[in-house]
Amino acid sequence: MPPKKEPIWIAREFSRCSGCRNCEIACSLFHENRIWPDASRVTVFMLVPGLEFPHLCTQCEDYPCVKACPFDALSVSRQTGAVLVNNEKCTACGKCIDACPGRIPHMHPKEKHVVICDLCNGDPQCVKVCQEGSWNVLRVVDRGHNPFKLYARKPDEITRDLAAKIYGETGEEYL
Amino acid sequence: MILGYAGKFLEVDLSSEAIKETKFSDEILKNYAGGRGLAAKILWDRLGDRWETVDPLEKENLLLLLTGPLTGFFPGGRLCVSGKSPQSNGVVGSTVAGEFGVELRCAGYDGIIVSGEAKKPVYLFIKDSDVELRDAGHVWGKDGKETVTALTRECRELLRTRYPRFGEWKEPAMVYVGPAGECKVRTAVVASKWSHAAGYGGYGAVMGSKKLKAVVAKGTGPLPEVADMKKLKRLIKSVCKEIYGNELWRRWGTGGGGYQVGADSSSEPVRNWQDEWHDEKSFGVDKFENRVWIKQYWGDFGCPTTCLKLAVVKGGKFKGAITDNPDYEMQAYLGPNLGVFTPEENVFLASLIDDLGLCGIQTGNVMGFAAELFQKGILTKSDLEGLELKWGDVEAFATLAERIAYREGIGDLLAEGTYRAALKLGKKKSIDLLPYAVQAKGISIGAHGIRSGKDYPEIISYACSVQCGDHTSTTGLPLDRGEPMEIFHDSGVYCNFNSFGIAKNGVFDFYKAVTGLKLTRKEWCFSKGLRILQLQRALLLLGGPDLKWVPKVHDDNPPRFYEPLPNGPYKGKTADRAAVEAYKKRYYKAVGWDKNGIPTAKMLSKLGLKDVDKSMQKLR
Repeated sequence: MPPKKEPIWIAREFSRCSGCRNCEIACSLFHENRIWPDASRVTVFMLVPGLEFPHLCTQCEDYPCVKACPFDALSVSRQTGAVLVNNEKCTACGKCIDACPGRIPHMHPKEKHVVICDLCNGDPQCVKVCQEGSWNVLRVVDRGHNPFKLYARKPDEITRDLAAKIYGETGEEYL
Repeated sequence: MILGYAGKFLEVDLSSEAIKETKFSDEILKNYAGGRGLAAKILWDRLGDRWETVDPLEKENLLLLLTGPLTGFFPGGRLCVSGKSPQSNGVVGSTVAGEFGVELRCAGYDGIIVSGEAKKPVYLFIKDSDVELRDAGHVWGKDGKETVTALTRECRELLRTRYPRFGEWKEPAMVYVGPAGECKVRTAVVASKWSHAAGYGGYGAVMGSKKLKAVVAKGTGPLPEVADMKKLKRLIKSVCKEIYGNELWRRWGTGGGGYQVGADSSSEPVRNWQDEWHDEKSFGVDKFENRVWIKQYWGDFGCPTTCLKLAVVKGGKFKGAITDNPDYEMQAYLGPNLGVFTPEENVFLASLIDDLGLCGIQTGNVMGFAAELFQKGILTKSDLEGLELKWGDVEAFATLAERIAYREGIGDLLAEGTYRAALKLGKKKSIDLLPYAVQAKGISIGAHGIRSGKDYPEIISYACSVQCGDHTSTTGLPLDRGEPMEIFHDSGVYCNFNSFGIAKNGVFDFYKAVTGLKLTRKEWCFSKGLRILQLQRALLLLGGPDLKWVPKVHDDNPPRFYEPLPNGPYKGKTADRAAVEAYKKRYYKAVGWDKNGIPTAKMLSKLGLKDVDKSMQKLR
């Protein structure tokens, strides 16, 4: 029997992100067998050049998206802790997006359902490529008691924070 | 339809505001691929019969924004910008890094052909098949960073309002011009992000002359379907693996060059190429890394190298200056070439050049030219409206860059680029100023000299290139290691830096996996690529309307390259005129040009370019 998988978390260090988007490529190749950035479950936002970061599900302790789904289309994987989308049940109503403090889920660009990171069944492809290239923005760690929800922020908020860190007082004017 | 292409191109006529879709036959795509090759074909077909009379800065010129079949697939996405060049009066395939090419292909288009001229400033907004021209009055006159900020905000808001249910919209990609492009400065760029630029060719001036401030694209589809996805995935992996082992490019990008190319290979422009050697350790890459690089790895779509580094000056006089790296070319041309040897000053100038929408190479060259004339007393303080253009005075050079971008005072003359400025000023002063103009056929030479013999360009690399001074399109023999390979990179439209170190035929393996078509290096370099080279050569020689090139005179190095190096380990070395002539002769023969440098009837007919032959007859 294969060893029992423990729930994991993708730890993220935004300010190291190179903006290469190899995570988006890996994700869309894995899930769609195409290079398809807008169908990727991870999105590299670069609202301001230099302030790139990957935006992906953080698996909040209380899973507000799962709770908000009126159609029972979202569930939590007991194995990995990931939010799983049942594409048949999903009606693309967008309630999960509104419930997410980071507005992280987004619609599949061609099909009528939402897409959310499923942690690739415990072996996240985005992390793999980020590690292979030694950018180390994304790392797999034990789920443990990490500040999950603090990382579920809207792209504009994260950008604002990174502007302060990277560009200092001049950062604000570029938002 | 050939796989690997979105299959459609956009035709935008700014004069009539008509937007339509167009296609090219499989035959054309097979022969010309995309980017630079396709640009040469489009320009020949549409403007070839009246090329000499087409003013690059008038509305009959075309602005081409083209991807290629490998864009987004071969690691390191780029876009190829082209048209009739206001620098060489020929065709340059000028590529720029960024996300734009990928967004465009995801929107369903392989490229955009822009014709005409808008009545008032506009920008083009593309969201998949929804394409519209929008008012750009509020961003006209804005610098690079202001433009990116304003249009990103505006277009994300549009997406949010029009498609509220998608979720959070990632920013669309954009190419744009700064004030220099608006003012039709011949050294203006088409820019992307804040600091990436398609510089060679001067297409910012073409875009500005059309009153097209920006093109913004958001594509939600996948990249085109490919012939062999399994193979493609394997190839991408193998390229990445190769690159991950290359510490030099990954860690320092080309940023090690600012010191090394001067100190070791003696081929860096120093004070307008009066020297090519320096040993200023203040300009070492460790200084850049430790003082100004706040991101060690910064890159664009799919790039495993991420050779760019985000540079920010955090304090002092130049606080707030931001740019990428600067990479070697910007280091050299906005550093030693102007007598500047500290990272902060170099970042400041590069940041300003970005903001103004100028090309750091062409503008750094023309500013060095002006500074040498000041040094020699040919240009006086009063000619320069009070500026004292002393080597190393970054603030003086900053003021000059602004005057060039806005065509103010002496800037109006220098905005014509080094060659034209030398002619005009020389006439005014009744002195031959060409000995100080380090350029080839209207395009200033990249920051890699030939005199020491220790850098990659050879003694005819610039003299015989169809893109002239362009250091990314140098030529030489054997031909399958010369310019045709550069043509392939620019026609497949990807970053050639990621092709270093991969198997000799690696890029053609990519081409096969993507398109399903077998293509050998030999077939490309001696047939398809060579055909593109002849088209570019023919259009370059037709030239006009303001300047024409005569190979006997202009297929040459700048006079400075025949002066001996004055200092350093290669002191006394220079390009040998007899050796240049002998190599040129061999090169002409290999590419099928007659003794006067004109493509022969035999070669043109072999390549199926009979109509080109007709137009070459008058030059023979």
